Amino acid sequence: MGVDEGVKDLWKRIGYTDKVIEHFTNPRNIGEMKDADVTSTVGSVACGDMIKLFLKIDDAGRIENITFLSYGCASNIATTSVMTELVKGKTLEEAKKLTFKQIVDELGGLPAIKFHCAVLSVAGLRTAVAKYEVKKGKRSLDQEFVTTLLKGVLDPMTGRDIVSMGKVKSVNIQDGKIDIVLDMPPEDEISKVIKEEIIDAFEGLDITLNVRFSKD
Amino acid sequence: MQLKFPVYLDNMRATRVDPLVIEEMVKYMQEIYATPGGEFGHSMEEEAREALERARQKIARKIGAKPEEIIFTSGRVESNNLAIKGVALASGKKGKVISSKIEESSVLKSVERLGKMGFNPMLAPVDSEGFVKQDILSEMLSGAVIGSIQFVNPEIGTIQDLKTLGDIFEEKGVIFHSDASWGFCKVDIDVRKVNVDLLTISSGLIHGPKSVGALYIREGTKLQPLFDGAPREFGLRPGMEDIPSIVGFAKAVELITEEDIARMRKLRDKLMDLLLEIPDTKLNGPRGDKRVCNNVNVSFFGVEGETILLKASMKGLLVNTGSACYSRELLPSHVILATGGSFEQSHGSVALGLSKWTTEQEILYAKEVLEEIVKEMRSISPLYRRS
Repeated sequence: MGVDEGVKDLWKRIGYTDKVIEHFTNPRNIGEMKDADVTSTVGSVACGDMIKLFLKIDDAGRIENITFLSYGCASNIATTSVMTELVKGKTLEEAKKLTFKQIVDELGGLPAIKFHCAVLSVAGLRTAVAKYEVKKGKRSLDQEFVTTLLKGVLDPMTGRDIVSMGKVKSVNIQDGKIDIVLDMPPEDEISKVIKEEIIDAFEGLDITLNVRFSKD
Repeated sequence: MQLKFPVYLDNMRATRVDPLVIEEMVKYMQEIYATPGGEFGHSMEEEAREALERARQKIARKIGAKPEEIIFTSGRVESNNLAIKGVALASGKKGKVISSKIEESSVLKSVERLGKMGFNPMLAPVDSEGFVKQDILSEMLSGAVIGSIQFVNPEIGTIQDLKTLGDIFEEKGVIFHSDASWGFCKVDIDVRKVNVDLLTISSGLIHGPKSVGALYIREGTKLQPLFDGAPREFGLRPGMEDIPSIVGFAKAVELITEEDIARMRKLRDKLMDLLLEIPDTKLNGPRGDKRVCNNVNVSFFGVEGETILLKASMKGLLVNTGSACYSRELLPSHVILATGGSFEQSHGSVALGLSKWTTEQEILYAKEVLEEIVKEMRSISPLYRRS
């Protein structure tokens, strides 16, 4: 779909740069990857902001290929598209260092209200890398790992992750069993949404996951 | 006929000003530009006053009111603020202030503000099509100082049964305000037949200029002005009347015909049926006579609305969405959530507003464009694959 010059000008006024528009209309590395070594799903339907990443990692720990699916706005698509470009061919150690600011800069800026999209794509990447390391036995199932994954879980009413919002009351890890207690009312619609998101985040790992609410 | 771009289907938010309206307005910018006179004034002041009063009469007649029951304001938002806060402040007691969960911001925020000032705000719930739950409303109204329930919802087109609501308010002895901006000139309103004490109407949604509206105030209804200044508009609203806009507003009222409404209704139903042919699409709001003649709202599952809006815009189709991504507060549509719709239903909602100039060709184009975008975005959506 071509971008009309007049329309481009209009978008500048709402804060999207040419590069955001270009990645939105022509996203790189889009689609499913059947033989991915690891996948990650962050964000949620409830937020209207969700990505699923597929990574192929070679024996030397280098990201051989990375693709994504998106449910979200123009900046969700553009930030994830740019993120995949930035880390393709990089080592996992290099990928871990990517910040949301680098993505924003690469796009020539984003409206402040859309920064969370760049944050989400970084969270997706970190989740995928952490899951891969756990799967390969290069990292243990510890508090830090669980926290990394929970940082990709968003509260639909604020768009902020549940860790920084203080919604995670406790995390207990024992013999491949993870017990997460959330400081939220159990009957709430949002609590149910967040529980589903957490289950999505840990998908594909050989673990037993239990999510509870503090008022259970 | 060649399709003209852009195909503008966002008429629930703003409409193109009718050229005949503009023609009328120009005269009051270039020839009769004085401020309306009081009891006596120079010749141009007199002419301006006459124009103002003629406009007042025309608008009053449209809703069955007396001219002295109409005051002009800067638009819908001011009318709503004045009605709700004005009555509450004049009541002399900090009682309950009632509204509904699907009101537009100026009503919701006015009620919220009164809450901060010591009043007790309560919002009545609605059913799955957006109709206010009358039994709950009735209970809430006991002892209230004012209640405000919109006539037509701008997002999902629900037309409330104003007559029955009016009877409930009368039974409870509570002052009833209704924002009728999206119903005015599209659904008949006669204040002699409906027990409504205050009614907001505005010009920007009926091909008139944007910054003008009116408030109907039933004779004997007490309200406190929100602004102070030299007394104008029966002492309720100071500030010079915007004569060109007021004259344009009255002209716009005259120009809407029954045929326009019938044609919009037909095209609305056609558009609705066409969009519902797209798989996994749900209609938001009611069908038939209980829906305003120019509104369509559907949710496309698995796709987010801001993306639809921007992609449609690239193809010259201008629509609106209830997605959080598109809202300035990053919140999903409170209207769709209040009808029991899910977050996904809200994020994937597309609202279309027709005008008296909308053509069948434009409707067909809208379907074509939206279908293509939805298909494209679903092919890369992690959600749509999963379901």
